[in-house]
Amino acid sequence: MLEIKTAKTRRVRRELEKRAPKIIESGKKTLLLHGTKSSAVLNAVLTQIYHLKKQSAVKYSRKNDNINPFEAGGETSLEFFSLKTDCSLFLYGSHSKKRPNNLVIGRTYDHHVYDLVEVGIENFKAMESFIYDKKLAPKEGTKPFMAFIGEGFETMIQLKHLKEVLIDLFRGEVVENLNLAGVDRAYICTALSPTKVFFTHCALRLKKSGTVVPRMELVEVGPSMDMVIRRTRPPNESVRKEAMRTSRDKPKKKEKNVKKDPIEGKIGNVYIPDQKIGEMALPNKSKGVKRERREAKRKSGSDEHASKKKKEDS
Amino acid sequence: MDMEMEGEKIFEVDLGNLMASDSHHAFPSQQQSRVELVNECLQKGTELVQAIADSLFTLPSTEDIDGPLVKLPPPTTKLPREKHLPRPKPPTKWEAFAQKKGIKNRKKDKVVFDEQSGTWKRRHGYDRANDEEAIPIIEAKPTDDPDEDPFAKRRENKKGRVDKQEKNRLQNLKNAAKFGALPSHVQLAATSLPITGTQAAPKKATKDELGNVAGIAATATASGGKFDKKLPGEKPAQHKGKYRKFLPVAEGTGIGSMEREQTEKILNKIMSKNNHDILNVNKAVTVHNVKKEKNRKSDKSKASSSNKLKPQKKSFKKKGHAKKGNPKAQ
Repeated sequence: MLEIKTAKTRRVRRELEKRAPKIIESGKKTLLLHGTKSSAVLNAVLTQIYHLKKQSAVKYSRKNDNINPFEAGGETSLEFFSLKTDCSLFLYGSHSKKRPNNLVIGRTYDHHVYDLVEVGIENFKAMESFIYDKKLAPKEGTKPFMAFIGEGFETMIQLKHLKEVLIDLFRGEVVENLNLAGVDRAYICTALSPTKVFFTHCALRLKKSGTVVPRMELVEVGPSMDMVIRRTRPPNESVRKEAMRTSRDKPKKKEKNVKKDPIEGKIGNVYIPDQKIGEMALPNKSKGVKRERREAKRKSGSDEHASKKKKEDS
Repeated sequence: MDMEMEGEKIFEVDLGNLMASDSHHAFPSQQQSRVELVNECLQKGTELVQAIADSLFTLPSTEDIDGPLVKLPPPTTKLPREKHLPRPKPPTKWEAFAQKKGIKNRKKDKVVFDEQSGTWKRRHGYDRANDEEAIPIIEAKPTDDPDEDPFAKRRENKKGRVDKQEKNRLQNLKNAAKFGALPSHVQLAATSLPITGTQAAPKKATKDELGNVAGIAATATASGGKFDKKLPGEKPAQHKGKYRKFLPVAEGTGIGSMEREQTEKILNKIMSKNNHDILNVNKAVTVHNVKKEKNRKSDKSKASSSNKLKPQKKSFKKKGHAKKGNPKAQ
């Protein structure tokens, strides 16, 4: 037996519609959570990344005991959380003797784990430890610049993977229009060695240069850290193929008879069909025509008139 | 990706993501101090950010109250989707039928003429026109069954039509679910059947029960779940159990003789189990006795040949005993 379950209120319906698959996706949400054991460093990392992504992130603060993203069966509750919070990016922190300060960055596709990168956090410097002019502090939710330095990001498979995940994590929403006044932050990632990436967050100071393009200056505002790659799990090839699919945007059908002029704006041509004046019926016939008709009727159908009159009489 | 030339340096700029990467820079030494390293990174980063800004600030911009707006090109770095593409909804049974017959939807008027009251009323909803339920008197016909309540019948008919529509709706939704194209606010939930005759509400299936059923259902098809729709990333189920094997019937060496051996083995097993039927006891006893006597004779001859020095007493006794036994056996 199947039962149809529908949203009871409009609010729920709207919420569900927001979560439905779309042709053009707006942006990915991030889920931050940690395992049974966590360290002070890891807690700080998770909170600060949460602050960086505050508009599109969900942070769990309780212990989660049955999450092992790399092991079979250990991702069940993670996938459930991803479904519940509608997040398709997750950061899972865990701390153990074997893997201290461990951060698993992963993505999901259709609420199933898509790929995973495990990094160890070293040399972490929190936001609070940086001293700078607070006027420069980046605003919440602005679109960041991203810079990747080092040949490792192109040659090493693991670093390439990490780069892709970091872009996905920090790029924010894909926008069409950008306000140039709102450009105020940059993420700098540097490949120090085949497994080590130095990651930092900077504010941008725009200085006058005399031309249209201002001179850029970076002010480190933190957090900054070293990420040491541990384990990775690349996406399944078939799933990757499916996930990369985009709708082929059909070219817009050309609008007929409409032109755009830079000065006059929209110009439309209106075509009037042939009016066929020769065949047109005149609104009222001339009197002469009418009399002619009357006379013709009188000649031919005088009998009919008489019968009608008779009927009226009887 | 755009190539940005700055002197001899080449940066790759993806303006859609405001991203730049320098894939030609390698850090030579690990020995330098942390501060130096960070400074070098920032310096390098500044160059890259400047490269992005160079191409960003030269884009044509429109003036807005908040600042200049620029139109960004689409990102060149392709990233995976979050969810699958929305799937097209399959046509409902009616839509398919209408398509086949060339029936087109026409707009109906909101208000229709109500013959009973002689006024114009809304087509649907409260106080609607031509409402069957609102007719207070039903005229009896000579053919009507006197035991039947015409009002109850009318209600029954209406309920039947509503139920039928609900059934059709479920069928169409099920079909849509098969294509993964359910409307986002609709869910099809499994409910267990209520036991007939009880008033208890159907119990919700627990997680464990569902898991068990799902496990059984996954392999319950004729093909053992081979042709079922797979989840992304799911691996095909491995075949558990043995395949039947047949040995060649034609005689030969090696495998050719195996079939014979196999059948013989089975035959022997059966024979040994039921040998009391096949055995002729009398004959067997005689055979046994003959054998025994033969043994004894050979024993006697051996003893006489080898132990000449031994007293004859024993052999005599044996002989007598044998003579005694022989007629008995015969």
